[in-house]
Amino acid sequence: MIRLENIHKDYGSVKANDGVNLSVRPGSIHALLGENGAGKTTLMKILSGFIAKTSGRIFVCGNEVDISSPVKALKAGIGMMYQEPMDFPQMTVLDNLMAGRPSGFFISRKKALHDLDRFSSDLGFSFNPASNPASLTLGERQQLEMIRLLSLGVKVLILDEPTTGITDLQKDVLFFSLRRLAKLGHSIILVSHKMDDVTSLCDEATVMRQGKVSGHFSRPFSSQDLLQCMFPSGGDVDIADDYQPGDPFYFLDQVTASSSRVVLKPISLNFRQGEIVGLAGLEGSGQELLLRVAAGVSHIHTGAIRIGDTPLTARSMKAYQSSGVFFVPGSRMEEGLISGLTLSDHVALCRSGHTLFTRKRAVESQTSRFIENFFIKASPHSLVDSLSGGNQQKFLLSLLPDTPRILFLENPTRGLDHDATAAIWNILKTRVRHSGSAVVFSSSELDEILQVAHRVLVFSNGELMMDRLCHDLDPHDIGQAVSGIKQTKY
Amino acid sequence: MNDTLILIVSGVIAGSCPVLFAALGETLSEKAGVINLSLDGCLLLSALSAFAASYQTSSLMIGFLAAMMTGALVSLFLGIMTLYFRVSQVALGFVLSLFCRDLAYFFGNAYNRLQGVEVGPLPIPFLSDLPVIGPSVFSHNIVVYLSFLLPCALWIYSDKTKAGLSMKSVGENPYAAYARGYNPRLIRLCHVIAGGILTGIGGAAFSLFLKAGWGRPQGCEGTGWIALALVIFGSWNMFRVALGCYIFSFLQIMGLLFQQWFSDVPAQVFQVAPFPLMIFSLVLVYFTNRFSETSVGRNQRKYRLFFLTARFLSKPAPSHLGKTFEP
Repeated sequence: MIRLENIHKDYGSVKANDGVNLSVRPGSIHALLGENGAGKTTLMKILSGFIAKTSGRIFVCGNEVDISSPVKALKAGIGMMYQEPMDFPQMTVLDNLMAGRPSGFFISRKKALHDLDRFSSDLGFSFNPASNPASLTLGERQQLEMIRLLSLGVKVLILDEPTTGITDLQKDVLFFSLRRLAKLGHSIILVSHKMDDVTSLCDEATVMRQGKVSGHFSRPFSSQDLLQCMFPSGGDVDIADDYQPGDPFYFLDQVTASSSRVVLKPISLNFRQGEIVGLAGLEGSGQELLLRVAAGVSHIHTGAIRIGDTPLTARSMKAYQSSGVFFVPGSRMEEGLISGLTLSDHVALCRSGHTLFTRKRAVESQTSRFIENFFIKASPHSLVDSLSGGNQQKFLLSLLPDTPRILFLENPTRGLDHDATAAIWNILKTRVRHSGSAVVFSSSELDEILQVAHRVLVFSNGELMMDRLCHDLDPHDIGQAVSGIKQTKY
Repeated sequence: MNDTLILIVSGVIAGSCPVLFAALGETLSEKAGVINLSLDGCLLLSALSAFAASYQTSSLMIGFLAAMMTGALVSLFLGIMTLYFRVSQVALGFVLSLFCRDLAYFFGNAYNRLQGVEVGPLPIPFLSDLPVIGPSVFSHNIVVYLSFLLPCALWIYSDKTKAGLSMKSVGENPYAAYARGYNPRLIRLCHVIAGGILTGIGGAAFSLFLKAGWGRPQGCEGTGWIALALVIFGSWNMFRVALGCYIFSFLQIMGLLFQQWFSDVPAQVFQVAPFPLMIFSLVLVYFTNRFSETSVGRNQRKYRLFFLTARFLSKPAPSHLGKTFEP
């Protein structure tokens, strides 16, 4: 029904899609699997007309079609449901359905109401046409979007991570409706990274990795093969040799929290002195939130946090810092450094204490010391904006006090090349060895976590799936935990 | 007593006319997602162009047309700059407001205290003979009658027509609107201009009958800012915005009357009373949004009365208000 031939999409020198071929049969549910950044969503946005391809051809029912806008895609019968619903939060459900429909000068809501009723009862949904999406759950907003696309005559339905953020019950309803649509002859493309969804629902699966198709499978699937195809590296784990954990000193007790993307289920944890802990999981699975919560940057709903015997729950960032808890944000320029200020301005801000005037010479000599000790390629007077990512990160680390008790780092090596990454970890490992501080970091690179961490925590959908020491670890277990299968604790 | 009542009602209706046009015009623009802060200066400039044009030609029609044209041009400029050149809506609107005001004073020097044409009353036959209601409601001029009809017309437009639906959708989520085949920037631009035209009529209403003539100050200064606040007070609903305009006008009239009745209270108290009320309503909007965001369902039962009142008074702004759409 749909055939994509040799699709390329370049963003500058980055190849998001690199010669992708894909064909989807009518009446089948086709999974598109892959890690974050594998190029799944890019490919689907090209197919639905939201972004323009660099080169390649798209065929629908054997005819080549030009899909250069979402409307043209809809005309070709292709509709996409995005992860974030594309709806109008404060217009009624009915008006959401109406917007974009062809009509005369005055709109008639009768036809839309009829469609809403027909498709809802067909697919097992239920809606109050006068409510608005802002008051609906994510799952319901998906259902609404689905009805809208179907009422416009869409034959190929693309769903981007539809099971993220919806309840199990809604997932059952969704799967039921998808099976029914497939039986009616629609083609469904499911973009996902959840093994469960794929094995229980789909007929075929295509795995993408680094912008290319790395495997094609059909029912019945073996999760093992799919995972092998998604995470081929697995292999060598450098066992951290110098692991001598001290006593637990930082405690999270039944902590819950939520962000716009994820709800954290109650988690109890402790961190030990001299330990490097890596937080893994797909983006938005809760590891970023836990990191921020533990560092005192985001607020918790319930539960308690303490360091030693000092309670930290709901206390200010300053209280955290004076107990030796420090946080280094992942977005270096947005949250970490102040654009437009020089290195020595930053040092003056962080280190000059309670004085009215900054002592210029002292600050400058301190900055020079940092630059020397941390091998930063810059002068005290260069603007932080002019530094490379690796140097910015090193400078951020240099601003931390010499003996923190625990450091929380958000994606500390994001976007850094091999050498810069090694330099950052050398600095951090030295700290751990000399001062016995603990380091907790998140990373989207599983390999990195396996290489440097002593202990790994894996999150999926706001839940802690695995908490294990790295040296007795099977990489497949991590893959399973990442895709939402709970692993027993050590 | 009847005379006072007639005075109040007819004063409220006539006095609310310009602010009604301006506030409803701004509502159109904001529903499409663009904050047009130039309202105040635009009112003054269109008041001048109405007066100048009608003075030169002795034609009221041309006066109104000139004012509408002025409003349209000012908002066209704002629309193009903010939508196509991504200039900040707030900064440009503010500066434009000041610029228009100065422009109006500069060109207005030649028309200071001149006697121009005025829109005469047009009592509606039979209806104007009714006791009390007749002289207070049905003895105004045609522009005032139009201001009665305007909220209804705009409600029909926004709720019943395809164009109205497209207006709301680009104000809510231009990306989704684009995905559905709309051209968000063009739709926004059209509604900004339509809002400017209505503002122009509001300005003409000042200089052609409510505060007829031109001077410095003209007397309409500040009305634009009030209209902006009233749009928020009315939570982007045509009827509630109109209600806000009438309440505001009522408070102004009462200010004048109270001034006569309680002569020992400083006049300023009554003159500024409407403003703290506006501030109060804005604070309420903020708190409702904040509470419903942070404690969904948890504390709502406890403060039920508060939530009910707050919910009646405030509805959230169009989701994409004031933000730039980058295709």
